[in-house]
Amino acid sequence: MLNNYLLRSGGSLLLFLASVSAVQAASNGKSDLDSVVPAGPMDSASGAPVAWSKPINDQKLHKFVQIDRLEYGDPEGPNNYLWDAQGWVGGDFNKLWLKTEGEGPISGGSPESTEFQALYNRMISPFWGAQVGLRYDVNPNPDRGFAVIGLQGLAPYWFESDTALFVSEDGDVSFRGEFEYELLLTQRLILQPRLEINASARDTPEYGLGRGLNNTEMGVRLRYEIRREFAPYIGVRWEQKYGDTKDIARAEGESTSSTAFVVGVRAWY
Amino acid sequence: MNRHSHDSDRRRLLRAMGATGLLAGFNALLPAYARSSIGGSHLNAAAAQVPGGKPRDVVMDFHVRRETIDIAGGRASAITLNHLTPGPILELWEGKNAHLRVHNHLDESTSIHWHGILLPFQMDGVPGVAFPGIDPGDTFEVDFPVRQAGTYWYHSHSGLQEQVGQTGPTVIHSAEDDGINADREYVIVLNDWTFEDPHRLLAKLKEMSDYYNFSERTVGDLMEDVSKSGVQAALRDRLAWGNMRMSPRDIADVTGYTYSYLMNGMHPESNWTGLFTPGERIRLRVINASSMTYFNVRLPGLAMTVVAADGKEIQPVETDEFQIGVAETFDVVVQPKADQAYTIMAETMDRSGYARGTLAPRAGMMAPVPALREQPQRTMVDMGMDMSKMDMGGMKMGGGSMGHGSMKQMDMSGSSQGPAGMSHKDHDMGGSKMSGKMAHGTGAMAGSMGTGAMMEQSGPIIARHGPDHHGPGNLTVANVERYRLGERGTGLEDVNHRVLTYSQLRNVVPMQDRRDPSRTIEVHLTGNMDRYMWSFDGVKYSNATPIEFPYGERIRLILVNDTMMEHPIHLHGMFMELENKQDDYLPFKHTISVMPGSRVSLLITADEPGRWAFHCHLLYHMEMGMFRVVRVSDQSGDKNA
Repeated sequence: MLNNYLLRSGGSLLLFLASVSAVQAASNGKSDLDSVVPAGPMDSASGAPVAWSKPINDQKLHKFVQIDRLEYGDPEGPNNYLWDAQGWVGGDFNKLWLKTEGEGPISGGSPESTEFQALYNRMISPFWGAQVGLRYDVNPNPDRGFAVIGLQGLAPYWFESDTALFVSEDGDVSFRGEFEYELLLTQRLILQPRLEINASARDTPEYGLGRGLNNTEMGVRLRYEIRREFAPYIGVRWEQKYGDTKDIARAEGESTSSTAFVVGVRAWY
Repeated sequence: MNRHSHDSDRRRLLRAMGATGLLAGFNALLPAYARSSIGGSHLNAAAAQVPGGKPRDVVMDFHVRRETIDIAGGRASAITLNHLTPGPILELWEGKNAHLRVHNHLDESTSIHWHGILLPFQMDGVPGVAFPGIDPGDTFEVDFPVRQAGTYWYHSHSGLQEQVGQTGPTVIHSAEDDGINADREYVIVLNDWTFEDPHRLLAKLKEMSDYYNFSERTVGDLMEDVSKSGVQAALRDRLAWGNMRMSPRDIADVTGYTYSYLMNGMHPESNWTGLFTPGERIRLRVINASSMTYFNVRLPGLAMTVVAADGKEIQPVETDEFQIGVAETFDVVVQPKADQAYTIMAETMDRSGYARGTLAPRAGMMAPVPALREQPQRTMVDMGMDMSKMDMGGMKMGGGSMGHGSMKQMDMSGSSQGPAGMSHKDHDMGGSKMSGKMAHGTGAMAGSMGTGAMMEQSGPIIARHGPDHHGPGNLTVANVERYRLGERGTGLEDVNHRVLTYSQLRNVVPMQDRRDPSRTIEVHLTGNMDRYMWSFDGVKYSNATPIEFPYGERIRLILVNDTMMEHPIHLHGMFMELENKQDDYLPFKHTISVMPGSRVSLLITADEPGRWAFHCHLLYHMEMGMFRVVRVSDQSGDKNA
């Protein structure tokens, strides 16, 4: 009877058709040694017939979508909005990573900046992913594309980090680093300082950027996690331009420094 | 969302009421039928009592269905066995035969694994390893001679079905008198229930691994640490953990935020009750059938005599509390002499909730429910840190802070072998070895930073980690690997009564296979909590090949826990003899909870041919790849695989 069963399981497909499968033990209650290795092709991880389903599902693809910042700002100038979202789909080591961010005036008109990135993320160490891919800016005009190489992950002392080098289609090289930290006032009330640094390798006055450090944006946001997935926040954002970038802004009558109170929401699924 | 907040509110209320003893008065107002009906389909007192009777061959049917039932104070879709969750007691007799039929009424494949049972591997019930699974509408029959006795359980081994109710108890009566002489026996099945879809639960962990942790350290905790131990020590502690990007409050991945903890299928509020007559010897067969939860079990006011672990008899050990890892079983005997009720308290290791029931002379009686104790913290010992290399400057170990209440890891070897019936009061420090064991009051040092005291309290370093850090799928390694079988479980270091340790388990029969192991297999328990990846040796199941146990050989299996949390490691098909320094009387285990930063050695006689699952029994760790097949096959000749 046991041998009969084994023959059938070795034949694999037959078993799926059988409406009743019965197994009976030999008198000592143990399997026959010959039954351990199946006659046909076997799965390398289980050693069982290759046609059988897997015992666990550790190859499943997962996905994640997060709006890190969606906020309304009230600076000295016109009120504005800002979005900063990202998401990924993939396995443990290889992911497709998408990002978008931008901002513009509430009063209407086209956004000051609108940016999209599509990146391949490769896990290179426990806390870090290396990213390569493309960035495309719709605003400011004219549109332009970039090649991206970046590093995203969690630095020691809990700094959430996202750094990237961009090379535009015109050959302009720029850098951006974003760093966030979380200070738990309670389990749900969280103070999050944030720092963003932008720098360029050469002047690109048509985009208002000078060589060297362009600008920094510092923020502090206080959010309350009603659920983990949904947290409204209030905060302050302070932007400062530097060097040639500052001069360009001044020449064009734009502000070189601005502080804004913000209110927004952080959400993910 | 409402469901959860309601649940946690209620838990808080229950905790508060329990602490003041109000609960007893409150629930006593309810009529008996209301109390027992809250839980829905569960093992009520009658169903949880082990019937016993004459030894016989058993034929039993298991009908696996998905149905909407009342559970944990709500209504939900669960997988039931014969309309019950947990399922009915599978009661067998050693030396007789079992004929079990599993009928799949689901619209998906299913399985039942007979946990801890010795049988031909094709009947073991692991889809994709031992058999193809049971298709919808099919029946799977197994038929085997029963070769053992004890307390075991059964559960689905398909997907995440175990989380939604497909578990149940197994009791096998000994062929000979086991000398335990219980007047009455109950199974105590512990489960963790969630109203969330377990697939979504797992997805959340994958996206944000600390999703369910609502006891992280806050700014307030930092202030407290500063006031207790000074700015320097407090900051050094924070920086040490921050540098590792690990949380000392990472005790459980899934917590009472989503879980309701059930005893015999019943919510603490429904209060499962087992009846007794004062003076009776009651055997409680405690089974941790939960998916992710360790419990601390105690009956305030009653000493317990532990008589079996993982179904296998041990020499009786009297204790007051034990920690039970997922998938373990412990049999304890209690003998309540007074005409009063006793609470069976099963507090979760992370203290985010509890399961609870009552032993009572009459229905409706209740005892106070103890308040949940302070949540534990991970230590640098758990991290496998070599603290001899750390800067100890400024650490002051005042002898003045020593005291009975704060002793961690007392050496109980003298008293644990003492006569049964010794009361707590008699259990003073007289016979215990105190030399070198310093106090570990939680306030005595900043947070959880390693200190000289901690080194003294934890087990000795017995090995050091090799150069292989197991790749990106692994966060940390135990730089030093300790022997920790003599230590109390996490969070029980400082409790002021006796606590069972693995080192106290002593077999009733001497070791049968006295050969020296012909090979040693070392397996590292690895993971990346940040990405919710779990594996052995940094490699998940799908990328691995079977672990080979040549048939007939004596194997030494070494488990090293490189992660900072406990993992209950389960081997199907064969018992493992735990090398816990009990000479020739090493206890048998089917599931060994490996403490973080520790190195455990087990002996196995590979005498059961088959493909056997070997995995972490935390359900979501297993599903993420902390799983292997152990192949016991003929490797003497050309059948070598």
